[in-house]
Amino acid sequence: MSVMLSLSGVTAFYGQIQALRGIDLTVEKGEIVTLIGANGAGKSTLMMTICGNPRARSGSIVYQGEDITQCAMHDIARKRIAHAPEGRRIFPRMSVEENLLMGAQVVKFADYDNQLALMFDLFPRLKERINQRGGTLSGGEQQMLAIARALMSKPDLLMLDEPSLGLAPLVVKQIFGAIRQLNRELGLTVLLVEQNAYQALRLAHRGYVLVNGAITMQGEGAELLARPEIKAAYLEGGH
Amino acid sequence: MSDVRSAQGGRDTLIRYIRDAGGVGLLALAIFVPFIGLRLHGETNGLVLHYRPKLLVIGVVLAMLARLLVLIWQERRVHQGRAAWRAARVASAGKYVAPALLASAALLPLVPGIANFYIDLGVLVMTYVMLGWGLNIVVGLAGLLDLGYVAFYAVGAYSFALLAHYFHLSFWECLPLSGIFAAIWGMCLGFPVLRLRGDYLAIVTLAFGEIIRLVITNWISLTGGPNGIYNIPHPTFFGLNFNLGGGPGTFSGFFGIDPDPKQLTTYLYYIIFFLALLTNWVTLRLRRLPMGRAWEALREDEIACRSLGINVRNTKLTAFAIGAMFGGFAGCFFATRQNFISPDSFTFIESATVLAIVVLGGAGSQLGVALAAVVMIGIPALLQDLSIYRMLFFGLALVIMMVVRPRGFVSTRTPSIALGKRQQISSELMSEGHG
Ligand SMILES: Nc1ncnc2c1ncn2[C@@H]1O[C@H](COP(=O)(O)OP(=O)(O)OP(=O)(O)O)[C@@H](O)[C@H]1O
Ligand SMILES: [Mg+2]
Repeated sequence: MSVMLSLSGVTAFYGQIQALRGIDLTVEKGEIVTLIGANGAGKSTLMMTICGNPRARSGSIVYQGEDITQCAMHDIARKRIAHAPEGRRIFPRMSVEENLLMGAQVVKFADYDNQLALMFDLFPRLKERINQRGGTLSGGEQQMLAIARALMSKPDLLMLDEPSLGLAPLVVKQIFGAIRQLNRELGLTVLLVEQNAYQALRLAHRGYVLVNGAITMQGEGAELLARPEIKAAYLEGGH
Repeated sequence: MSDVRSAQGGRDTLIRYIRDAGGVGLLALAIFVPFIGLRLHGETNGLVLHYRPKLLVIGVVLAMLARLLVLIWQERRVHQGRAAWRAARVASAGKYVAPALLASAALLPLVPGIANFYIDLGVLVMTYVMLGWGLNIVVGLAGLLDLGYVAFYAVGAYSFALLAHYFHLSFWECLPLSGIFAAIWGMCLGFPVLRLRGDYLAIVTLAFGEIIRLVITNWISLTGGPNGIYNIPHPTFFGLNFNLGGGPGTFSGFFGIDPDPKQLTTYLYYIIFFLALLTNWVTLRLRRLPMGRAWEALREDEIACRSLGINVRNTKLTAFAIGAMFGGFAGCFFATRQNFISPDSFTFIESATVLAIVVLGGAGSQLGVALAAVVMIGIPALLQDLSIYRMLFFGLALVIMMVVRPRGFVSTRTPSIALGKRQQISSELMSEGHG
């Protein structure tokens, strides 16, 4: 396997506040890697730093052999890294199709129809709602749209920030199923941030645990699940 | 049983209405006593206080009646089903109002015997339609609140005036230059405000508008300062001018007709008509292109835009530049129409008027903006007698508007793509290929 993304010694700051303290992390091609941690641990910040905002103050971020630490945000997205940011952030006044089209900014127009068909396969619900305004979709539908929009750019690496936020267990299952399907069938590499640690670790090949801006544990999904300290901190209260 | 209940409900509603209207009546009484009920009159033996109870009662009753009407109207709308009602109305409006408006605008100067005054008024309204459409790119589509739009109008007007004054260039030579200069200034404004949003952006743009005006006012050696610039040439018609003296080289002389001021006004009318249509056409085209879509996406969610690979900086700058360009065209036209410009024409109130047109029209809607310009500019001008009440009318219109249609005249937005149509086209092409 070859390395798709690797971070070494990455730090990031919000003004004076240090949000990331020397992160080392790798994602191999074709892997699902999950990042778990308490609220405020810096998970979202880590994803956004990979995307270039806030910029890493030290350390390096290498993506497919290329150092992207200093790249502008829109250039990074053009390198086929898709990021579905925390909180869905779909365009509320635009229709479902327009939302998807915005995701396809960086692909050739010829690919657009294929990608659209693929998304409708994955999320048939979106096809029914194609002309509805994004803001009037249900929470779960909005999340599907956010993921589909990110996928429209035919990414090599998909980064999802809490896709299960506020969704019913059945919908979470559906969305995780879709991620697994994408990974198996298309070989999509996924970096996933989740609060739902149990499901995320079961889905992922490997996991990292982030505490206070630093990585404290890493390992294979199943192995992490079995560790008592993980059980105590992140899996308490059942799944 | 159900009859009894509905009668009960009816009585409740009636009581509610009477209470509500009574409250409004009391409020009106409190306000009207000093304003209407009492009147000081200067007479020979000093000031005398007059009481006007009749007028007071009439005023209060009118206020209560108005409130009742509003209540009944609201009730009716709830029954009809708000969304359906609105959707049906907007759909029919889009289908008939826009073409009807366009046709009547195109034919207005050709109405036989129409007074020059009305064509001239048409020119004025059309100028504001164009300004509204230009600002709509910035405010309506890209969602960047710009309170200094008049700056670009001024840049366009002074570009032409100065080029004509110092280099004797004609309107048609200066029109594109005015647009380009204004666009450059648009970018100059865009750079410092890239990181600002909402209120802060509004303040900086407001200041920008004032700075441009103050520079023009104080750079007396170049612009003539408060005295303005005179003798800006009118546009020519393929080299023919519109001098009223007739003779060779004039429009009337060439075509062998009597000179008439209406000829020039009509010509100006069609120039601004096509400039406005150009603005509209470009906007509608751009909305379907990646650039225009990015503007709209930017209005909706800047962070999402960034994560989708949209270059937010360039998107904002192009919105400012293109919006400014159309403001510049309109300014150039304004200068040629007026013959004379001075900084007085480019005060904040102009920015506010254009912004009000955009907001009133339902930010983002082309038809709404055109309607709003007609209402805000055309109607007050027609009611010349009421001109001292113009600002009152203006304020009242805004208040009523915000109550009745809080999102503007035309608040629906048509998607810039529709799957059905596009697929139709592509399947047609495919079958051709197979055959
Ligand atoms: N824009 C910002 N400005 C200042 N501080 C910030 C900003 N965004 C995040 N932070 C701080 O950085 C830290 C990490 O935040 P981050 O959003 O990455 O946490 P998270 O792990 O994603 O948490 P959650 O699970 O709640 O989403 C927090 O302490 C937060 O307060
Ligand atoms: Mg987060």
